[in-house]
Amino acid sequence: MAKFEKANSVGEWLDQRLNTTGLNKVLMTEYWIPKDINFLWAMGVLLATTFGILLISGIFLMMYYKPDINLAFDSVNYTIMQEVAYGWLFRHMHGVAASVVFLIIYIHMFTGIYYGSYKQGREMIWISGMLLFMTFSAAGFSGYMLPWGQMSYWAAMVITNLFGGVPVIGDALVVWIRGDFNVADATLTRFFMLHVFLLPITIMGIIGVHFYTLRIPHVNNQTSEEFDFDEEAEKYLAGNKKESKVIPFWPVFISKDLAVLGVFLIFYFYLVFFHYNFAMDPVNFDPADNMVTPAHIYPEWYFLWSYEVLRGFFFDIAGFSAFDIGLIAFAFANGIFLVLPWLDRDPKILPAHKRPLFFIWFWVLMADLIVLTVYGKLPPTGTNAWVGFFAATAFIVIFLVLPIITKIDAKRRGDA
Amino acid sequence: MRELKILAVVVALTLITYWGVEPFAHSQMHPHVDPADYKFADVEKDVADVKALTGNATSGEALVTANCTACHSIEAKGFPQVMDNASSAAAYGVTPPDLGTAGKLYNADYLAAFIKDPAKASEVSHKFEDGRVHPMPGYTWMQPQEIADMVAYLQSIAPKEMTNKEVFKDSCQRCHAIKYADMQKGTMAAFTPDADIKKYMGKLPPDLSQYIRSRGDAYLTTFINNPQKHLEGTAMPRVGLTEESQKQVIAYLEEVGDSKKADREELGPKFLIYLVIFAIFGFLWKAKQWREVH
Repeated sequence: MAKFEKANSVGEWLDQRLNTTGLNKVLMTEYWIPKDINFLWAMGVLLATTFGILLISGIFLMMYYKPDINLAFDSVNYTIMQEVAYGWLFRHMHGVAASVVFLIIYIHMFTGIYYGSYKQGREMIWISGMLLFMTFSAAGFSGYMLPWGQMSYWAAMVITNLFGGVPVIGDALVVWIRGDFNVADATLTRFFMLHVFLLPITIMGIIGVHFYTLRIPHVNNQTSEEFDFDEEAEKYLAGNKKESKVIPFWPVFISKDLAVLGVFLIFYFYLVFFHYNFAMDPVNFDPADNMVTPAHIYPEWYFLWSYEVLRGFFFDIAGFSAFDIGLIAFAFANGIFLVLPWLDRDPKILPAHKRPLFFIWFWVLMADLIVLTVYGKLPPTGTNAWVGFFAATAFIVIFLVLPIITKIDAKRRGDA
Repeated sequence: MRELKILAVVVALTLITYWGVEPFAHSQMHPHVDPADYKFADVEKDVADVKALTGNATSGEALVTANCTACHSIEAKGFPQVMDNASSAAAYGVTPPDLGTAGKLYNADYLAAFIKDPAKASEVSHKFEDGRVHPMPGYTWMQPQEIADMVAYLQSIAPKEMTNKEVFKDSCQRCHAIKYADMQKGTMAAFTPDADIKKYMGKLPPDLSQYIRSRGDAYLTTFINNPQKHLEGTAMPRVGLTEESQKQVIAYLEEVGDSKKADREELGPKFLIYLVIFAIFGFLWKAKQWREVH
């Protein structure tokens, strides 16, 4: 056992036993981030904060929420919203954060795509990030069911039904997921378990992994310049702070994050207090009724693009039913981002504006996703259905051409 | 400068997406309807003869007593309910309203048109076909002067002021429950028993506890004024509320369904002021830290 001397302070006492000084260096004061960054690099801290808000507000909501189809709606809309002190505030914070967190996730994700931060050693950052996107999506979906309103019920009905398209075991799978032949009490209680236990704990685990994946390849920078982090860190520690290309996480990087966070929180709390209907759909303030289908069923805005890929294929093609084609396209849309690092055949890391074809590709993708998102909400009739079909087809084509155009970019530059 | 350009792009894309999925999508899903018509212009020609006359409340009293109190109570004038709610619902399909406040709640032209032809004025004629008849008979056989007198009488006995809750009870509660208004004792159930009202309307009219959140002020304003505008063929009658009464109904829905609105609007600015201060300190700290590295 190590020899312990008498400590002169609590800090020293802890340092002897836990090496807090070393830990602080590794995680904070000597955890190096590139200096050449912009505010888009603050999205990680914004996400961590928003997740914290979700966790804390969620804990308060859970104290009063009742996962039972006969009690759930009133426990949310009466007990929490009208009776519990500040219950309405926690619910609004939770509902709005659940929506806004996806806005920040998308900004974070497309920042990564724009600057090429997913490849050449950074694949695990990307994959763990996409796993977070998937687990957040599951958390969003399961949480939306809990108030047991009309949209809770019918979204659950539509989405669980999709699993019926899985070959051979489809029908059995739907029953297994629902825990009943219909969306019912058993469905609510299991999604409650997923939402308040399994998913948050999984998300917390993956967040840990996501942070760790940054260790070895380091954070990318605005010009995708490659440099030796150890060398630059030495310069910084030697006092050449202006010359060094890196900054420590604490306090330099975090100071910028907090400034951005301040602006974000003004935006977020404005929505919480004054503009929340986009995140808390009015339709869901009608109690679930399995006898009345709402006139329009649509998912929350952050699922609309993939939902539109699903329903964009509205007619049978070459003997395949529209349902099957849509389902395959939906699976494609949800899986394709995961393999992005291998679809990009350009061996160099560069921001999109230094890659002529990729630059066009990026903005076409953004435009297509916005079209899909908007048309995912509109009633799928007449022209809307055709816009959906072409936008969904375009989405697939966009990813199919990625290997080719990235290869051409590299060739023209003389890198391949 | 570059950061501001990036911010402009992020904000623009966010706003375009927002516009598409909220204002634009909702304008496509919920077609525009004409604003509420508190004059009930469509009934004016039906009651032109009545409108041309001045009602006499004294003769109206005799007419109302003779023609209405067999079914309707007027508690304020000493005519109690003939039967309890359940029995009258069983007899008529729906519990008949007390007439003590009708003169205040309803537009006078509408009231005259309703007395003449209830199904037509309330725009539910489609419910009473194939031999089915409205539980209240029409009084087209009366002289216009008599109808004018009855309306004048109903107006003369109506209270000048009513609370939002009283307006709701007399205008809506015969069919609709609003259970959040009294979760403990359950006094805010519909007056007509569920089974009867379900039979009368075709389905159970919804509990209105959360209608201020699920429908919102704008929709409720046009819907209550004329349900057929939004839901063609609905069994809900147009009830003919005056603008003032309808505003009181919506205010009541808000008191019950969004009871923390005042707290929310009071607390919001405080949060935002605090966060502006937080952001200012954030930028100052950032400037201090980055001065050393740039």
